[in-house]
Amino acid sequence: MDIIDRRQNPHGKSLENRQRVLVRARGAVQKAARDAVAAGRLREVGQGGAVSIPSDVLHEPSLHVVFTGGERHLILSGNKSFSRGDRLQRPPGRGGSGGQGAEAGQGGGGQDEFRFVLSREEFLDLFFDDLELPDLVKRDISTTEQDVPSRAGLSSDGAPSQLDMSRTMRLSMARRIGLRRPKASEIEENQRRLDGLLARLESLPEGSPAWEMATAEVASLRELLQQQQRRLGRIAWIDPVDLRYRRFNAVRRPSTRAVMFCLMDVSGSMTERMKDLAKQFFLLLHVFLERRYKHVELVFIRHADAAEVVDEQAFFHDPRSGGTIVSSALLELLRVQNERFPADGWNIYVAQASDGDNAASDTPVSRALLQDRILPLVQHFAYIEIASSGAVIRGETDLWRGYRQVAEADPRLAMRQVSDKRDIFPVFRELFGRRPEAVAT
Amino acid sequence: MASMTAGGGDLLYRGADWDFPILRRCYDAIERISEHELGLDVHPNRLEVITSEQMLDVYAAHGMPLIYRHWSWGKRFMGHENAYRRGLMGLAYEVVINSDPCISYLMEENSATMQALVTAHAAFGHNHFFKNNRLFRDWTDAGAILDYLEFARGFIARCEERHGASAVERVLDAAHALQNQGIHRHGGSRLLDLRAEQKRERERREHEESAYNDLWRTLPTKPVAGRPDDAGERRRRLGLPEENLLYFLEKNAPKLRSWEREIIRIVRLIAQYFYPQPQVKMMNEGCATWVHTHIMSRLHETGRIDDAAYLEAIHSTTNVINQPGFDAGGGASFNPYALGYAMMTDIARVCADPTEEDRRWFPDFAGNRDPVGTLRRAWAEYRDESFIQQFLSPAVIRQFRMFRLHDVTDRPYLLVDEIHDDDGYRAIRRSLARSYDPSEFYADIEVVDVDLAGDRCLRLEHRTRPGHLLHEKDAKTVLRHLAGLWGYDVKLLELDHESGSVLATHVASPQPA
Repeated sequence: MDIIDRRQNPHGKSLENRQRVLVRARGAVQKAARDAVAAGRLREVGQGGAVSIPSDVLHEPSLHVVFTGGERHLILSGNKSFSRGDRLQRPPGRGGSGGQGAEAGQGGGGQDEFRFVLSREEFLDLFFDDLELPDLVKRDISTTEQDVPSRAGLSSDGAPSQLDMSRTMRLSMARRIGLRRPKASEIEENQRRLDGLLARLESLPEGSPAWEMATAEVASLRELLQQQQRRLGRIAWIDPVDLRYRRFNAVRRPSTRAVMFCLMDVSGSMTERMKDLAKQFFLLLHVFLERRYKHVELVFIRHADAAEVVDEQAFFHDPRSGGTIVSSALLELLRVQNERFPADGWNIYVAQASDGDNAASDTPVSRALLQDRILPLVQHFAYIEIASSGAVIRGETDLWRGYRQVAEADPRLAMRQVSDKRDIFPVFRELFGRRPEAVAT
Repeated sequence: MASMTAGGGDLLYRGADWDFPILRRCYDAIERISEHELGLDVHPNRLEVITSEQMLDVYAAHGMPLIYRHWSWGKRFMGHENAYRRGLMGLAYEVVINSDPCISYLMEENSATMQALVTAHAAFGHNHFFKNNRLFRDWTDAGAILDYLEFARGFIARCEERHGASAVERVLDAAHALQNQGIHRHGGSRLLDLRAEQKRERERREHEESAYNDLWRTLPTKPVAGRPDDAGERRRRLGLPEENLLYFLEKNAPKLRSWEREIIRIVRLIAQYFYPQPQVKMMNEGCATWVHTHIMSRLHETGRIDDAAYLEAIHSTTNVINQPGFDAGGGASFNPYALGYAMMTDIARVCADPTEEDRRWFPDFAGNRDPVGTLRRAWAEYRDESFIQQFLSPAVIRQFRMFRLHDVTDRPYLLVDEIHDDDGYRAIRRSLARSYDPSEFYADIEVVDVDLAGDRCLRLEHRTRPGHLLHEKDAKTVLRHLAGLWGYDVKLLELDHESGSVLATHVASPQPA
């Protein structure tokens, strides 16, 4: 008998098969995920979560008999009070009895929904499957580039911080060997020999042959030492010709940073529900951008008659009131952008949500700001106009009319109307759905 | 029998924690009881300790340790995983595989008592049943299955590489849909031989490659003589009628390529391997439960486990053999553990201490004083249906308070026509046995004809009775799969087995890929 401990064996033997299920049911899972988002059942877009798909997508058919009519006997357990000849009411539902529906017994399913728990990655893959950033990104790529230093060999001059120590020392050693710069240990050795000779010289009788030999030796040693000292002084340990610096070339790379400005009208006419719709849209856009850019900054600007930069909490939940001046938010946007997000280093996206109200005199100002100063800077500007629920269709609002003229001229501005949670996702898809080149104006 | 005093034995373990020496000590103690007292005859055992996550993996593949890749395993895995994570389903304490060596999976979360119980249940109860029951002996080859699965997995993976995953999936989907019709139900199965399988597969390919000659293609086809194909001769040549649809396709489908035939064969052989399991489920579980109960109580009697451990074992056994009443919801079928265990206990009682009634009903073994031998003979020679027919006693019918309903669909009520009394026992026993008859859960479908010289339409018949027709939507889908494999039209007639009148017709055509 063997006992084997398999607990350390790799887990997740079924992962591959799980992937295959996802591939097979892709269409259905995708639809379920999108419906869940549209219905607001997934609390946070992009967190992943469970979705249910109709089980017939993954149904495994088989040839099996179902009881549809005629006559049969059933044996059951747990008789409490029945006697022979008792007649029982048929249980409600289908023609079967006692709950032993032939379908449930043999179909193997019994469930009509199949639950998937999706990871964040799987979820986003499905969710944004056929969306892409507008073509504008490609057209304007030069404005989103930044210089990234890239190693490009060595150079003989540069900043001390870029000194390549090992290269420099290698050259220095080669030069020292080539020019026969004496080593310190050699000089020391000669000095010691000289000292020994001089000591011996004193003990020798002057004028003897040994004394004469030693004197000659001392003289030659002295000369050698002098020569070595001179060489040492002349040949530097590190010469400027040895110095090597790491060289960098600036390479232009598309920036992988993006900033997303969320602009929202928080004047009295915007209800909580409308803000909630706006939030849904902002969230979607944020998650979407996050998948394309390494780093996405969020800036929340709210405005009524004056605009301010706030944090997310305040942005969505602080009640404000007052009139509406849209241009204040646009100016604030320009100010923040100018200070922190230069257009050549950042991909700039703007999403504006509003109910369309604006002070009558301000609309032309906003339009001009948008057209002349903002649109040239941004990759994409999405304007979402939230119609109040149940409102009679009012036709076009001031702001809508003003923006539409701009939108007609510049495809970077996209505008849509939303009146219900259900609309959010379709609108989002409309804005970012892959479309044939030709459609772009 | 030993007395209840705890003298002599020393405890195998204390408390709930277990380690590997404890597992081994328990195994040895259990083995002694199984060998000397029960006379069980088992395949060599292998115990594997796994985590709950690995248990979910094991579930997904019908308990098989390795299986080829297919989305349906993933679906099963996700279903189990969901149910488990949401607390709708507990995991089994063990899974055991009918192989040689017999592999039992023990979950690491089990307590020491549960490990001992599971060892007795799976490694001895189920193992003995696998090795000795006639169905398993005739239909499965425990020694070859693991190697065969390995071969199948490798072969299908190579096919995916060579022909693309979607082409392989198409064949597998179709074969899976037909796997209940991929079984030789009569005459036993030939044993698997891995080497012969591999050799056969290789030879088939080599023959096709060597026999290929492009010249044949250029021969002008002779106009077929007007002589009508002789139907009787044709059917004899094709071995019709044939109930094993997968076998028929593997041998005769005109358009399949050799690797597709091989995949169909793999699905067919694996289906064949699983074929006995549902037919003996009740007995198998009853046998294992009876064995583990017996062994645990013997361990307790001989002082090898303490009272706390024994109570835990009783508690968990009681949970397993609970039979909810017909009105408790959750379906009205019998819990195989409950019925099986009740019947095994009852047989042991009849052997040891029969009543007058038992002597009347079971003259051939009542009071024979050999409960274990009688049980072993029953385990070896019967399946659920015949076992109930032979051994279900009035005592068990009374214990479960069984009654019979007569369901006629055009009546507005259900009639209780038999209950657990002298007049009812036999009728109840007959009806219950019938509900375990495999012909009740496998549709009787045969290939009856195919005109290879004509339109090549494959004709099938389903013999049944009114009110028992195939699930229509499923039948349509399966037929589409079948047509896909066959390559031409497929027609299925549902016939009344008495009058021969046509009750329903399904047709399907192969869809362009």
